[in-house]
Amino acid sequence: MTPADIHKTLVAKFGDKITGANLEAMDPWIEVAPAAIAEVAGFLKTESALAFDALNNLSGVDYFEPDAKKLAKFGHEPHVEVVYHLYSYTHRHSLVVKVKLPRWQGNQTGKLPDVPSVAAVWAIADWHEREAFDLVGINFTGHPNLRRILCAEDWEGHPLRKDYEFPLEYHGVRAR
Amino acid sequence: MSLQLEDPRIIEFDVRTDEMLVNMGPQHPSTHGVLRLLLKTDGEVIHEVTPHIGYLHRCAEKIGENLAPQQWIPYTDRMDYLAGMNMNLGWSLAVEKLVKMEVPEKAMVLRVAIAEMGRIASHLVGMGAYGLDLGSFSPFLYAFREREIILDLFEEVCGARLTYSYITIGGSTHDLPAQITIPPGLAALTGRSMSETLSWIDACRIFLDWLEKRIFEYHTLLTENQIFIRRTAALGIMSREMAIDFGCTGPVLRGSGVDHDLRRDGEPIYTRMYKGYDFDIPVAPFENAPPEVVLGDNWCRFYVRMREVNQAIRLVRQALDRYPKAEGTYRVPFKMATKLPRGEAYLETECPRGQMGFYVIGNDAAIPLRARAKSSSFCNLSVTGPLCAGCLIADIPAIVGSLDVVMGEIDR
Repeated sequence: MTPADIHKTLVAKFGDKITGANLEAMDPWIEVAPAAIAEVAGFLKTESALAFDALNNLSGVDYFEPDAKKLAKFGHEPHVEVVYHLYSYTHRHSLVVKVKLPRWQGNQTGKLPDVPSVAAVWAIADWHEREAFDLVGINFTGHPNLRRILCAEDWEGHPLRKDYEFPLEYHGVRAR
Repeated sequence: MSLQLEDPRIIEFDVRTDEMLVNMGPQHPSTHGVLRLLLKTDGEVIHEVTPHIGYLHRCAEKIGENLAPQQWIPYTDRMDYLAGMNMNLGWSLAVEKLVKMEVPEKAMVLRVAIAEMGRIASHLVGMGAYGLDLGSFSPFLYAFREREIILDLFEEVCGARLTYSYITIGGSTHDLPAQITIPPGLAALTGRSMSETLSWIDACRIFLDWLEKRIFEYHTLLTENQIFIRRTAALGIMSREMAIDFGCTGPVLRGSGVDHDLRRDGEPIYTRMYKGYDFDIPVAPFENAPPEVVLGDNWCRFYVRMREVNQAIRLVRQALDRYPKAEGTYRVPFKMATKLPRGEAYLETECPRGQMGFYVIGNDAAIPLRARAKSSSFCNLSVTGPLCAGCLIADIPAIVGSLDVVMGEIDR
């Protein structure tokens, strides 16, 4: 199926939960409302014409420019994206699904944005989501075991946030 | 007052064996680096395995967001440090995809030769270290003897032996050398004079001819060895569905019977490099497998790697034949200050350990907005928990070793 066909199928099924798409991009992507992602993911995997049985990659991206001088050229509204790269071994086609989230939930700095977990759909999402939680700071609701995976359990902050500040010390060890 | 003795048999029921937590690693010789496995065991039987990773975490992705794409290439070397060339290639291709750059034919042929040599070196370590995990020491020495010559050849092309940074955006940093002194190891093994000078391509051909004849020795040492078969066959069985669900790729996926290799099934920017080459993709089940072997077990994963070495030799030979006639140069210049266009590109390439994905987002600046490395070993390792449940402690090295993980790539 071409990305345009997939987009048509999804819009027919989910209506306004599919909030946008760019089908001319190098890797065509479809944007889904955050609350519906688990449902859409389940459909993408189980529908036989789509059969996206593999989640190749799940990444969190922080769109933010901390430097006020560069802000004019930045060209993006501040937000956080979760990007799912899907592949189907049955039909050998691929798709990119995106979810846009606010940087902080309710504009309260430090309160992580919520997005439903897809760990029940693809088993590998378990580890990928833990990594995105750890490094980018996204709260995957319904995740079976949302702990830090690469940083230490008691690490503070989420390093891949653009405004992350490296701690001065860690357990008495000077770090900066 | 008489003491009433209870039936002595009751005592047996009273002795309960508690679940015990055993910590394996992070400094354990059979964990391939700093991997820590927390085992919940009942006697010898494993109930639960929890991998703890992150001991080598350097947050390479954050570094990538502050460097030009070429400057990040040395960091990709240090991810999968056993296949640095393949990692350089993956990142270079992802950036080339974003900036819509086409490399000349000569650069493509060079890349195929170098990447497949890297695959041979990586699989040799995989084979040798797996033998070591299972208590067989000699294959390790043979594997490192052979790998040494590949490292010598790589040293001749770029000066480094482990972290090459050789393949770069637009091609490679240098052309293949026209004249080199024969690597001492190769001279000693083939009975040539130590002072002989020849072209890099000829040295490579001599090595491949020599290596191809040796592969049957590894098969007699490991693949067909009865002890090895008893330790690996019908253990750690991963079904096709499980492999796909856990995002396993590369030899792990093909060992479970999924016929998928990005060199054939990948995106055009990657597959065009391999167009016109004659090579097979080894996929389990194998006709010549011993009768004990089950589809998707440790032995299958190991054997896929061994067969891939033969295919890589074929590919390097064809690339070396093409190289002198190939058109164009070995490199198209790509300036450090080149602005990456707004947009994003994700590209997976077939690294020795699986599909390594690089995701780059450009934002009209010389440094990317996001540089993400999706590690294949990370996904392959995530399956350890379900795979090891119910097996014996002694089988853990056999199962984890068969996944052939590199911690530098998992922790990034």
